[in-house]
Amino acid sequence: MQASALLITFGTMLLALALGLAARRKRSLNLEQWTVGGRGFGILFVFLLLAGEIYTTFTFLGGSSWAYGVGGPTVYILAYGAIAYILSYFLLPPIWRYGKRHQLISQPDYFWRRFNSKGLSIFVAIVGVIAMIPYLQLQITGLGLIMQTTSYGAINQATAMIIGVIVLAIYVTISGVYGTAWTAVIKDIAVLAIVLIVGIALPLHVGGFQAMFEKINTLHPHFLTLQTNGMGVPWFISTVLLTSLGFYMWPHSFGAVYTAKNERVFRRNATFLPLYQLILLFVFFAGFAALLIVPGLKNTNLALLAAVQKVFPAWFVGVIGGAGILTALVPGSLLLMAASTLIAENIYRPLTKAMDSQVQTVARIMVWVLGAVTLYFSLHSNATIVALLLMGYNFVTQFFPSVVLSLFWPRVVNKYGAFSGILVGVALVIAFAQNSVPIIWHLNSGFVAFLANFLTVLLISSLSGGGTVLHEETV
Amino acid sequence: MSIRWLALVPVLGILIGVSFANHVTPYVLGMPFLFFYIVLWVILSALSMAVIYKWDPQNQSRGGDR
Repeated sequence: MQASALLITFGTMLLALALGLAARRKRSLNLEQWTVGGRGFGILFVFLLLAGEIYTTFTFLGGSSWAYGVGGPTVYILAYGAIAYILSYFLLPPIWRYGKRHQLISQPDYFWRRFNSKGLSIFVAIVGVIAMIPYLQLQITGLGLIMQTTSYGAINQATAMIIGVIVLAIYVTISGVYGTAWTAVIKDIAVLAIVLIVGIALPLHVGGFQAMFEKINTLHPHFLTLQTNGMGVPWFISTVLLTSLGFYMWPHSFGAVYTAKNERVFRRNATFLPLYQLILLFVFFAGFAALLIVPGLKNTNLALLAAVQKVFPAWFVGVIGGAGILTALVPGSLLLMAASTLIAENIYRPLTKAMDSQVQTVARIMVWVLGAVTLYFSLHSNATIVALLLMGYNFVTQFFPSVVLSLFWPRVVNKYGAFSGILVGVALVIAFAQNSVPIIWHLNSGFVAFLANFLTVLLISSLSGGGTVLHEETV
Repeated sequence: MSIRWLALVPVLGILIGVSFANHVTPYVLGMPFLFFYIVLWVILSALSMAVIYKWDPQNQSRGGDR
């Protein structure tokens, strides 16, 4: 009964759309509220929500894909989350305080207000949108792979991606950000259960955890450590730094900081959020088991799905497909929404001084435009899901130097420095990407761009008269 | 010295310590040593932050609720 897999997967998708439509009528709870604070909910409920919130296609398919294809370097995913949360303890409260004082809503607002520069805020919005495209692309890639797998090849990947984009755009259009909340609850509980089941059952299927790793180690020596060339220790350190510093620089995450009720929430969350990372271990286990169950896959993004397909009955493949669809749909809709809003609110509005209704129309149109752009990239790329996220981080971490300096050392940074720093960083990232150089001097090339950016900010700021951020605005 | 400096310990444990933990054996809890090592530091990160949260004066009284 292979058809049952596709049936369950599509059923889940339709259910998500129906829930979105229902939520449109009755605005229930704001997704970002519980992402940041989870106020008013029971502790167990919050745990489930937060634990699920870190599951996107990236962790579900991306984490297992890297365990399967790259091996040891996959541990960076565990490490960067932990360091990002440690950093959040110190970074988020001042961002929140400043936003609260000036009633800011978005990341470009911060740059506009802090550097008193409309041009800089528009530039930041543009870079933010560029950074979100690979992140969106990986969700589309995931949607495509899931449909391809659960249809047992009846729907090819290109068709599946096209369906995926259309569903995503419809989902955003009918439900908006509020609609995702209930779908998110279902997603979180389903994914949590599935990750544990798959992450335990697949390794047991190949003889148990240690036996599995021993077999892999015999078949592929050095695979389970950071490698001596390519992704070695310097790569690990630079990648963990790049991604943990960029963690809260995503336009949607930065904006979500402003929705918290008080700053203490961030510090409290930093004490237990690192533990959520541990659930990713089971995703890795599934990926490693896949290496023994379905060796030699050309497309490593398929590792988890292919192994599940081989070991479990079709209906369970459908359940996983359904959960996988939700892990792509929920964060995907959030990203698509955030990117469209950035274009409408932070690029179109300041440039044209348009009215609210026009801005809203532009945002709605941008959902489809961005969907089409993302689809174009998805169809013309065979990058791994992790590589796509790392590409997004290459861009988004370029905000970090200007944000941190303007928060903590406002005397050494001004708008010229911030602008040229981000420009240099982004230009280098694009140059490295054009020439396919993910690693340079054993370091993550995005990190090299980040360092150049940092130096440029300091140099240009001091050459152009030092900090112009007002002293009384120190936070 | 502020208790906040404790946050540096897991950061260094991960970023510097990894050079010394980059091997497969011994297996711990069924995992290659590198994976166990990072898992250990993820747990220690949460612990360190809990200690900091408890002792940081900013979280006492009204400090955090302005």
